Amino acid sequence: MNDFWNWDHAAAVFPSLIKGLGVTVLATVIGMVIAAILGLLVAIVRRSGVRAVTWPVGFLVEFIRSTPLLVQLVFANLLFTQFPSLAVGCAVLGIHYATYMSEVYRAGIDAVPKGQWEAAVALDLPRGRTWRDVILPQAIRNTLPGLGNYAISMFKETPFLAFIYVVEMYAAAQAYGGGNFRYMEAITLAGLLFLLVSYPTSLLVRRMENRLA
Amino acid sequence: MSDNLQILVDLLPRLGEGVLVTLELTVGGAVLALLVAFVLGLAGRARTRWARVPSRVVVEFFRGTSLVVQIFWLYYVLPLPPFYVELDPLACGIIALGLNYGAYAAEVVRGSINAVPTGQWEAATALDMGPVHRLRRVILPQAWPLMMPLFTNLLIQLVKGSALATYVSLHDLNFFIGELRKGTTETVFAYTVGLLVYFAIAYALTLVMNALEARAKNNVGQGPSLREILRLTPARVDTAEVRP
Repeated sequence: MNDFWNWDHAAAVFPSLIKGLGVTVLATVIGMVIAAILGLLVAIVRRSGVRAVTWPVGFLVEFIRSTPLLVQLVFANLLFTQFPSLAVGCAVLGIHYATYMSEVYRAGIDAVPKGQWEAAVALDLPRGRTWRDVILPQAIRNTLPGLGNYAISMFKETPFLAFIYVVEMYAAAQAYGGGNFRYMEAITLAGLLFLLVSYPTSLLVRRMENRLA
Repeated sequence: MSDNLQILVDLLPRLGEGVLVTLELTVGGAVLALLVAFVLGLAGRARTRWARVPSRVVVEFFRGTSLVVQIFWLYYVLPLPPFYVELDPLACGIIALGLNYGAYAAEVVRGSINAVPTGQWEAATALDMGPVHRLRRVILPQAWPLMMPLFTNLLIQLVKGSALATYVSLHDLNFFIGELRKGTTETVFAYTVGLLVYFAIAYALTLVMNALEARAKNNVGQGPSLREILRLTPARVDTAEVRP
């Protein structure tokens, strides 16, 4: 049994894992803020109907969506060596998820009944106010569960940051494993900590979904 | 630039090998994921608790932990005591991808089967069909078109996830990008080529999946058949469908 699981190793690795968890959560929060804002902008731009804009943006979104995040991270990190890896990582995570979020927003905006647009036109509201005060408040309500789900999936993709030398939770586990030749406790605990954070969050999102539906 | 292209042409066989490994991971992972999805998805809506609870635990476990952690757990922890299971890196990648995305797909299977109207279940029961017969002939053909678009998304996710394989010592497309970068010393060139190849793979898979989706829909009487879509002359469109 002690060969299988050693509590001394588990206790020794735990503080650095918690420290890594902080970085993981930080990256998720910053990434999600970028994704939420940029995704909305992309969704609005893609609805503009000006083909000279929608075409390149559409291609870029498809391109970023269907190529691996890992490759994008390593690429960006090699390109922007003057910035710290964590900043590059957060930006790439944010941009990658913005392309997913833009689809969520698009669906949310499409789900706003047509009558709302017509009413805004009938009331002679300017375009900016129509978006700000009529459409978006209703659309964003529809997108909250999507936002939550992508936050969880981004949380689970932060270990990719380890490959650009950001010491988040997974990298901390890996470092301990390599230094002490004990991967068992470190990697297993890292996995369990992920589960410990992501499962309650997913329950919360599901409740939010049920309440909004 | 022409030097870079020359190096790229010289490295083309290596690119082929890289793409092959990526495709092996993708196809292997997808087949395993589909298997896992149906087993866990069907168990997830079983009547007995003995099937439902384990299925939920497994699904939540693989959805809740990170793919990176899973693949490295298989690669680094399994060969150690007390397991002593040394997996081939390719098997490692396929198992991790299959289990992770299979757990996601299990939810798709469960949700799609639940979305088939209850009247269909009742009608099949009224016709005295057994459970297997009912599922195979009535429920699954209707649930399948609902699953397809979501499976397409997951397949693209799986292709992207396969880039991790480089770090368990597989020479996949991601590894080739690194080689090309070393050969040309041009980061932008190497990564642009690499990302374009990934994009091409994902795009081709999307096209195939869309065709399968059209076929699945046609099988239950929705939308044109695949042959009609691929025909050069445009298919006759039902005017009722065009009207908003």
